[in-house]
Amino acid sequence: MKLSELIASGAVVTQLQSQDRDQVIHELIDALIASNAAAPEHRAELIKRVLVRENRGTTGFGRGVAVPHVKHPSVKRMAAAIGLSSAGIEFNSLDKQPVYSVFLLLSPEDRPEEHLLAMEVIFKNLSKETFRRFLRQAGSETEVRSLLDDADTQQLAG
Amino acid sequence: MSNASAKVKIINRLGLHARPAMCFVDVAMQFPCEVSVKRADQTVDGKSIMMMMLLAATQGTELDIVCEGDQAEEACTALKKLVDTGFDED
Repeated sequence: MKLSELIASGAVVTQLQSQDRDQVIHELIDALIASNAAAPEHRAELIKRVLVRENRGTTGFGRGVAVPHVKHPSVKRMAAAIGLSSAGIEFNSLDKQPVYSVFLLLSPEDRPEEHLLAMEVIFKNLSKETFRRFLRQAGSETEVRSLLDDADTQQLAG
Repeated sequence: MSNASAKVKIINRLGLHARPAMCFVDVAMQFPCEVSVKRADQTVDGKSIMMMMLLAATQGTELDIVCEGDQAEEACTALKKLVDTGFDED
Protein backbone atom coordinates (compact mmCIF):
# COMPACT_ATOMS: atom_id res chain seq x y z
CA MET A 1 0.00 0.00 0.00
CA LYS A 2 1.32 3.44 -0.94
CA LEU A 3 1.11 6.36 1.46
CA SER A 4 0.59 8.80 -1.42
CA GLU A 5 -2.47 6.85 -2.59
CA LEU A 6 -3.87 6.56 0.92
CA ILE A 7 -3.94 10.34 1.46
CA ALA A 8 -7.05 11.59 -0.34
CA SER A 9 -6.42 14.21 -2.99
CA GLY A 10 -6.98 17.64 -1.42
CA ALA A 11 -7.11 16.24 2.11
CA VAL A 12 -3.92 17.90 3.33
CA VAL A 13 -4.44 20.78 5.76
CA THR A 14 -1.06 22.45 6.19
CA GLN A 15 -2.29 25.09 8.63
CA LEU A 16 -4.81 23.65 11.06
CA GLN A 17 -6.93 26.45 12.49
CA SER A 18 -7.45 24.94 15.91
CA GLN A 19 -5.12 23.75 18.67
CA ASP A 20 -7.93 21.75 20.23
CA ARG A 21 -8.11 18.01 19.54
CA ASP A 22 -11.86 17.85 18.91
CA GLN A 23 -11.84 20.85 16.57
CA VAL A 24 -8.89 19.41 14.65
CA ILE A 25 -10.90 16.20 14.14
CA HIS A 26 -13.72 18.38 12.74
CA GLU A 27 -11.32 20.10 10.35
CA LEU A 28 -9.91 16.83 9.06
CA ILE A 29 -13.29 15.15 8.60
CA ASP A 30 -14.34 18.26 6.64
CA ALA A 31 -11.20 17.94 4.51
CA LEU A 32 -12.11 14.31 3.74
CA ILE A 33 -15.67 15.33 2.85
CA ALA A 34 -14.36 18.09 0.57
CA SER A 35 -12.15 15.44 -1.08
CA ASN A 36 -15.15 13.16 -1.62
CA ALA A 37 -13.57 10.51 0.61
CA ALA A 38 -16.52 10.79 3.02
CA ALA A 39 -20.16 11.70 2.52
CA PRO A 40 -21.42 14.98 4.04
CA GLU A 41 -24.49 13.28 5.54
CA HIS A 42 -22.20 11.18 7.75
CA ARG A 43 -20.18 14.14 9.05
CA ALA A 44 -21.59 14.19 12.61
CA GLU A 45 -21.50 10.41 12.95
CA LEU A 46 -17.88 10.16 11.74
CA ILE A 47 -16.72 12.90 14.10
CA LYS A 48 -18.54 11.26 16.99
CA ARG A 49 -17.02 7.86 16.27
CA VAL A 50 -13.49 9.26 16.02
CA LEU A 51 -13.91 11.01 19.36
CA VAL A 52 -15.42 7.96 21.06
CA ARG A 53 -12.43 5.94 19.89
CA GLU A 54 -10.03 8.67 21.00
CA ASN A 55 -11.59 8.88 24.45
CA ARG A 56 -11.22 5.13 24.87
CA GLY A 57 -7.47 5.41 24.34
CA THR A 58 -5.44 8.20 22.79
CA THR A 59 -3.90 7.77 19.35
CA GLY A 60 -1.39 10.47 20.23
CA PHE A 61 1.37 7.89 20.35
CA GLY A 62 4.17 10.36 21.08
CA ARG A 63 6.89 12.13 19.07
CA GLY A 64 4.44 14.85 18.02
CA VAL A 65 2.16 12.64 15.95
CA ALA A 66 -1.38 11.32 16.29
CA VAL A 67 -3.31 8.83 14.18
CA PRO A 68 -7.02 9.06 15.00
CA HIS A 69 -9.08 6.58 13.00
CA VAL A 70 -12.59 5.37 12.41
CA LYS A 71 -14.36 2.55 10.63
CA HIS A 72 -17.71 3.24 9.06
CA PRO A 73 -20.01 1.22 6.78
CA SER A 74 -20.42 4.17 4.39
CA VAL A 75 -16.68 4.22 3.62
CA LYS A 76 -16.03 2.36 0.38
CA ARG A 77 -12.27 2.69 0.25
CA MET A 78 -9.57 3.57 2.73
CA ALA A 79 -8.68 7.24 2.83
CA ALA A 80 -6.69 9.47 5.12
CA ALA A 81 -6.23 13.18 5.71
CA ILE A 82 -3.12 14.93 7.00
CA GLY A 83 -3.29 17.98 9.27
CA LEU A 84 -0.28 20.02 10.32
CA SER A 85 -0.04 22.51 13.15
CA SER A 86 2.97 24.74 13.79
CA ALA A 87 1.56 25.81 17.15
CA GLY A 88 0.96 22.26 18.36
CA ILE A 89 -2.28 20.55 19.39
CA GLU A 90 -3.24 19.43 22.87
CA PHE A 91 -4.00 15.78 22.06
CA ASN A 92 -3.70 13.96 25.39
CA SER A 93 -0.63 12.18 23.99
CA LEU A 94 1.11 9.30 25.71
CA ASP A 95 4.22 11.46 26.17
CA LYS A 96 2.14 14.50 27.25
CA GLN A 97 3.68 16.56 24.45
CA PRO A 98 1.82 18.59 21.81
CA VAL A 99 1.02 17.04 18.45
CA TYR A 100 2.21 18.70 15.23
CA SER A 101 1.14 16.14 12.62
CA VAL A 102 -2.18 14.31 12.52
CA PHE A 103 -3.12 11.45 10.19
CA LEU A 104 -6.86 10.77 10.28
CA LEU A 105 -7.72 7.42 8.73
CA LEU A 106 -11.13 6.31 7.45
CA SER A 107 -11.61 2.59 6.90
CA PRO A 108 -14.43 0.42 5.59
CA GLU A 109 -15.96 -1.65 8.34
CA ASP A 110 -15.43 -5.13 6.96
CA ARG A 111 -11.81 -5.13 5.81
CA PRO A 112 -9.55 -5.38 8.88
CA GLU A 113 -6.56 -6.52 6.79
CA GLU A 114 -6.59 -3.31 4.76
CA HIS A 115 -6.90 -1.24 7.92
CA LEU A 116 -3.82 -2.93 9.39
CA LEU A 117 -1.85 -2.40 6.18
CA ALA A 118 -2.79 1.28 6.12
CA MET A 119 -1.71 1.69 9.74
CA GLU A 120 1.53 -0.12 8.91
CA VAL A 121 2.40 2.24 6.06
CA ILE A 122 1.53 5.29 8.18
CA PHE A 123 3.61 4.12 11.15
CA LYS A 124 6.49 2.94 8.99
CA ASN A 125 6.93 6.56 7.95
CA LEU A 126 5.98 8.29 11.19
CA SER A 127 8.58 6.22 13.03
CA LYS A 128 11.29 7.89 10.89
CA GLU A 129 12.71 11.08 12.34
CA THR A 130 13.44 12.43 8.85
CA PHE A 131 9.85 11.96 7.73
CA ARG A 132 8.44 13.64 10.84
CA ARG A 133 10.81 16.60 10.48
CA PHE A 134 10.14 17.14 6.75
CA LEU A 135 6.41 16.83 7.34
CA ARG A 136 6.47 19.49 10.03
CA GLN A 137 8.43 21.80 7.72
CA ALA A 138 6.10 21.34 4.74
CA GLY A 139 4.27 24.56 3.94
CA SER A 140 1.96 23.47 1.16
CA GLU A 141 0.06 20.43 -0.07
CA THR A 142 2.53 20.23 -2.97
CA GLU A 143 5.43 19.90 -0.53
CA VAL A 144 3.57 17.26 1.48
CA ARG A 145 2.77 15.33 -1.73
CA SER A 146 6.41 15.43 -2.74
CA LEU A 147 7.39 14.06 0.67
CA LEU A 148 4.81 11.26 0.38
CA ASP A 149 6.19 10.30 -3.02
CA ASP A 150 9.73 10.22 -1.63
CA ALA A 151 8.51 8.10 1.27
CA ASP A 152 6.85 5.61 -1.10
CA THR A 153 10.01 5.25 -3.15
CA GLN A 154 12.10 4.73 0.01
CA GLN A 155 14.15 7.85 -0.50
CA LEU A 156 14.09 8.80 3.16
CA ALA A 157 16.67 7.72 5.69
CA GLY A 158 15.51 6.31 9.02
CA MET B 1 18.89 -12.40 34.08
CA SER B 2 16.77 -14.87 32.22
CA ASN B 3 15.27 -15.46 28.81
CA ALA B 4 11.88 -16.69 27.77
CA SER B 5 9.98 -16.95 24.53
CA ALA B 6 6.58 -18.04 23.32
CA LYS B 7 4.88 -18.66 20.00
CA VAL B 8 1.46 -17.09 19.72
CA LYS B 9 -1.23 -16.71 17.09
CA ILE B 10 -3.48 -13.68 16.70
CA ILE B 11 -7.05 -14.97 17.07
CA ASN B 12 -9.22 -11.85 17.34
CA ARG B 13 -11.02 -10.94 14.13
CA LEU B 14 -9.65 -7.42 13.74
CA GLY B 15 -6.04 -8.48 14.27
CA LEU B 16 -3.38 -6.51 16.10
CA HIS B 17 -4.89 -3.07 15.52
CA ALA B 18 -4.12 -0.02 17.64
CA ARG B 19 -6.09 -0.88 20.76
CA PRO B 20 -4.73 -4.42 21.28
CA ALA B 21 -1.24 -3.26 20.30
CA MET B 22 -1.51 -0.62 23.01
CA CYS B 23 -2.69 -3.26 25.52
CA PHE B 24 0.34 -5.36 24.60
CA VAL B 25 2.71 -2.44 25.14
CA ASP B 26 1.02 -1.56 28.45
CA VAL B 27 1.56 -5.09 29.76
CA ALA B 28 5.12 -5.27 28.40
CA MET B 29 5.97 -2.00 30.15
CA GLN B 30 5.05 -3.51 33.52
CA PHE B 31 8.16 -5.69 33.33
CA PRO B 32 11.81 -4.65 33.51
CA CYS B 33 12.99 -7.10 30.82
CA GLU B 34 13.33 -6.29 27.14
CA VAL B 35 10.46 -7.51 25.00
CA SER B 36 10.70 -8.10 21.29
CA VAL B 37 8.14 -9.50 18.90
CA LYS B 38 9.02 -11.33 15.71
CA ARG B 39 6.95 -11.89 12.62
CA ALA B 40 8.86 -14.01 10.08
CA ASP B 41 12.15 -12.12 9.63
CA GLN B 42 10.89 -8.86 11.14
CA THR B 43 11.64 -8.07 14.80
CA VAL B 44 10.23 -5.07 16.64
CA ASP B 45 10.37 -3.58 20.12
CA GLY B 46 7.36 -4.89 22.05
CA LYS B 47 7.38 -1.79 24.25
CA SER B 48 6.88 0.65 21.36
CA ILE B 49 3.39 1.17 20.00
CA MET B 50 4.72 2.56 16.73
CA MET B 51 6.92 -0.49 16.20
CA MET B 52 4.14 -2.90 17.10
CA MET B 53 1.91 -1.37 14.41
CA LEU B 54 4.56 -2.26 11.82
CA LEU B 55 3.74 -5.93 12.28
CA ALA B 56 0.35 -5.47 10.55
CA ALA B 57 -0.59 -8.75 12.20
CA THR B 58 -3.96 -9.92 10.94
CA GLN B 59 -6.09 -12.70 12.41
CA GLY B 60 -4.15 -15.96 12.08
CA THR B 61 -0.70 -14.33 12.07
CA GLU B 62 1.92 -16.21 14.10
CA LEU B 63 4.30 -14.20 16.24
CA ASP B 64 7.20 -15.00 18.54
CA ILE B 65 7.42 -13.11 21.80
CA VAL B 66 10.96 -12.95 23.15
CA CYS B 67 11.72 -11.58 26.62
CA GLU B 68 15.23 -11.02 27.90
CA GLY B 69 16.20 -9.86 31.38
CA ASP B 70 14.58 -9.64 34.78
CA GLN B 71 11.14 -11.24 35.03
CA ALA B 72 11.38 -12.52 31.46
CA GLU B 73 9.39 -15.61 32.32
CA GLU B 74 6.56 -13.64 33.95
CA ALA B 75 6.43 -11.12 31.11
CA CYS B 76 6.28 -13.84 28.49
CA THR B 77 3.48 -15.64 30.31
CA ALA B 78 1.42 -12.47 30.73
CA LEU B 79 1.87 -11.40 27.09
CA LYS B 80 1.08 -14.84 25.73
CA LYS B 81 -2.10 -14.93 27.78
CA LEU B 82 -3.12 -11.53 26.44
CA VAL B 83 -2.73 -12.65 22.82
CA ASP B 84 -4.25 -16.10 23.45
CA THR B 85 -7.38 -14.53 24.89
CA GLY B 86 -7.76 -12.29 21.82
CA PHE B 87 -7.23 -9.10 23.84
CA ASP B 88 -10.82 -9.60 25.08
CA GLU B 89 -12.15 -8.95 21.59
CA ASP B 90 -14.27 -11.24 19.40
